[in-house]
Amino acid sequence: MRPAPLFFALAACCLAAEHQSIIIRNVTVHPVTSPEIEGGSVLIVDGKIAGIGSDIQAPGAQVFDGQGMHLYPGLINAGTNVGLAEISSIRDTVDLDEIGIFNPQLKAEVAFNPTSEHIQIVRAAGITTVLSLPSSGGEEFGSPNATTPMITGQAALMHLDGWTWEEMALKRGAALDLLFPIIPSVPRRQPVTTGTPPRTYPDLEREYKVKLEQLSTFFEDARRYAKATSAGAPDFEPDPKLEAMIPVIEGKRPILVRAAKERAIKDAVEFADKEKVKIIIADPHDLGSTLDLLAKRGIPVVLGQTLSLPLKEDDAYDSQYSLPSQLFKAGVKFCFATFDVEFARNVAFQAAAAVAFDLPQEEALKSVTIRAAEIFGVADQIGSIEKGKVADLILTDGDPLQATTSIKAEFIAGRLVSLESHHTRLYEKWKDRP
Amino acid sequence: MRTAFLLFLLAIGIQAQTLLIRNATVLTVTKGTLQTGCVLVRNGKIAEVGPNVNAPAGATVVDATGKFLSPGLIDCHSHTAVEGSVNEGSVSDSSMVNIADVLDPTDINIYRALAGGLTVSNVLHGSANAIGGQTIVIKLRWGKPAKDLMFAGAKPGIKFALGENPKRQGYPAEFLSSPATQERRFPGTRLGVEDEIREDFTQAKIYQTKWKQYNERLARGEHPIPPRRDLRLEPLVEVLEGKRYVHAHSYRSDEILALIRTADDMGFKIRTFQHVLEGYKVAKEIAAHGAGASTFSDWYGYKYEVIDATPYNAAIMTRKGVVVSLNSDSDELQRHLNWDAAKVVRYGGLTPEEALAMVTINPAKQLGIDDTVGSIEVGKSADLVLYDRDPLSNYSKVLKVWIDGHPYFDRDQDLQDRDKRAARKKELIAKEKAEEDAARKKSETERKDKTTPNAVPPTKEGEL
Repeated sequence: MRPAPLFFALAACCLAAEHQSIIIRNVTVHPVTSPEIEGGSVLIVDGKIAGIGSDIQAPGAQVFDGQGMHLYPGLINAGTNVGLAEISSIRDTVDLDEIGIFNPQLKAEVAFNPTSEHIQIVRAAGITTVLSLPSSGGEEFGSPNATTPMITGQAALMHLDGWTWEEMALKRGAALDLLFPIIPSVPRRQPVTTGTPPRTYPDLEREYKVKLEQLSTFFEDARRYAKATSAGAPDFEPDPKLEAMIPVIEGKRPILVRAAKERAIKDAVEFADKEKVKIIIADPHDLGSTLDLLAKRGIPVVLGQTLSLPLKEDDAYDSQYSLPSQLFKAGVKFCFATFDVEFARNVAFQAAAAVAFDLPQEEALKSVTIRAAEIFGVADQIGSIEKGKVADLILTDGDPLQATTSIKAEFIAGRLVSLESHHTRLYEKWKDRP
Repeated sequence: MRTAFLLFLLAIGIQAQTLLIRNATVLTVTKGTLQTGCVLVRNGKIAEVGPNVNAPAGATVVDATGKFLSPGLIDCHSHTAVEGSVNEGSVSDSSMVNIADVLDPTDINIYRALAGGLTVSNVLHGSANAIGGQTIVIKLRWGKPAKDLMFAGAKPGIKFALGENPKRQGYPAEFLSSPATQERRFPGTRLGVEDEIREDFTQAKIYQTKWKQYNERLARGEHPIPPRRDLRLEPLVEVLEGKRYVHAHSYRSDEILALIRTADDMGFKIRTFQHVLEGYKVAKEIAAHGAGASTFSDWYGYKYEVIDATPYNAAIMTRKGVVVSLNSDSDELQRHLNWDAAKVVRYGGLTPEEALAMVTINPAKQLGIDDTVGSIEVGKSADLVLYDRDPLSNYSKVLKVWIDGHPYFDRDQDLQDRDKRAARKKELIAKEKAEEDAARKKSETERKDKTTPNAVPPTKEGEL
């Protein structure tokens, strides 16, 4: 059982050049945004989709026989640390969570290691694009204080193929990664500690207000800076931090806010309203009464790991599994992410689990393809099989949301990519140990 | 006493219940799949399996048309229901401690796991030391006291641990990611871990001999002084005598092989290697030793010693003759081991039957309980799971779970009860609040009585 049959591997060397035309024949095309086409073909020219149908003529194009299998758009994981972290427990291999409260000028793509082992591993699961975030996440149950980071940098949408990060960057500055201040839960039974006494609710509330004030001030500074920039004052001194905020306050770069609980979600939406910025809610685990609010305002959601335990002991056992269907029923646009590295390849299985708990199957597929593209403003480029879009395609022997399905071949920007990884190489080597 | 008797009667009533599950796709695991099958349960045991079984008088009949029935899932590596820390990490050999002493039957994760089709767990001590604590096998009989969760007849175990975790307590301070919580102790290397186990078993064998000699003298009618009991060495003697299974946390091939050789030299067996992410490199040796391998489907990248993890591990080990199970080691993952098992079809091309076996009959074999659980066969315990689709589909969910023929999870019931539970919660919060208010009023009145009127301002809302 090889990851890809031999003829695909042979095809790889012949199809490497980008400026060629390739026609993928004899496949069931699942465009996601339109009905499937059995016995279909997809024509790729210069890395873009140039035609879809059952009757495409493409003289001179390289023919790729899909052997009656299924062709889907490449999957998208809309929140990971891929490229920025290798082994989470070894700090030397991790480039996340820079020091400083406000770092909007930090750009994830510049530290995206194009030869990270994770890239090949995640790609082999049919994922062609990831959003890479410069932080590891919020501190819902932790102990945020005056120096805890809030703005951790810009997330980038990265293609999982290329020789350098520049070639791989599909959209730089796709969102501003913002860890919104919260009042953390105070455990009912305080742990026995020998160090500093545990902080009480009034302390935490005071700190929260201070942080909120800091955040507002920073946005206010950015606004003044933008004004000064456009005014062209003679003594104007550029500042990369505030410069990086201009697209945010102009509503061109959304803030991606990690907000786990109802109160944080409400606070974040209120903040975005006050600052008049675009907002995406990320990694929520308790939607509470926010569904109407999110639906009414058209605020999209990037779901984190929905294969996670309920927050409270008395929550329904399926409270996390049913988050996607709750959002769907309320009319909130959402996509999936893992907000990690080690499980980034499994994003499709979260979408699948949502189907078990009442999300329509076609919505689940959209939530790891076109919805993610829409939410990050790249639906004109990726997320579905449509003429004019980038040719990010996966060939499978079944439904890509099922673990029993194998990914047989994959194109990123029209290039047939290898599905080999450290994992398959170990397999090939050791399965034949005498 | 009377309550106990009534409970006993009730238990008998439950045991005696006859249940017929009809027209399901029955995934027996060991005897193939019945496309439309019936399973009759009597006295907690599977009494009949076949395409057509008539309902005996008084039987509860479940129409499972279009649904799938599997044996209860089994997790060979769990820490669920352990109260507090899973590690007695202060010593390199903590074989004197027992998980059975800290089993919390009210851990909500038991119910959540049931809702994912899990019926049996191997509840283990942590991996902070080369030889960890004693372990137990439980059935997830939610709502019962701790003693009733014990899997009757299952051999107890002991946790061993190799590699980074047990050697971490021996690191110099500059290599610790967080400040040490205790003093440095041996071992701090894999060499030391190997030696620790060898030293402990050397002592255990001496201890075993002392007792043997004592008992021989006793049998001869002499009046010897008994050896001093050693609660640390006793479980190791049980290992030597085959009365206790060894479950060894491990990652790298070198340490796996070294433990096999230690066991060979000392004359005991490793029952299972746990995690065993490099098991595929020494699958031949694991199979020859007769050990099982209980691994993760696809975990990787979380620490250095898993640098050579590959999701093809289960497939290679299986093909080299090792009995492989997939475990959770997680309160979350244990809720969908069936979805996890599906991954071995993608990674290495195992069959769906082999995949399902990895979370049912294979862990049962590893725990030595395959005579009563792990498959749907006549005579086995009626630990059964009903799904709306094939359990290897990522779109499937669990509808009902039975243990010993007794219903322990029912999704419809769970959904129905949610409003009731929410109302009950509201009621309890109101009650608690009322009690708090009353207590506050009382203390205010008392204070007022002791001082001049209005000298103490009333307590503000929220200050409590």
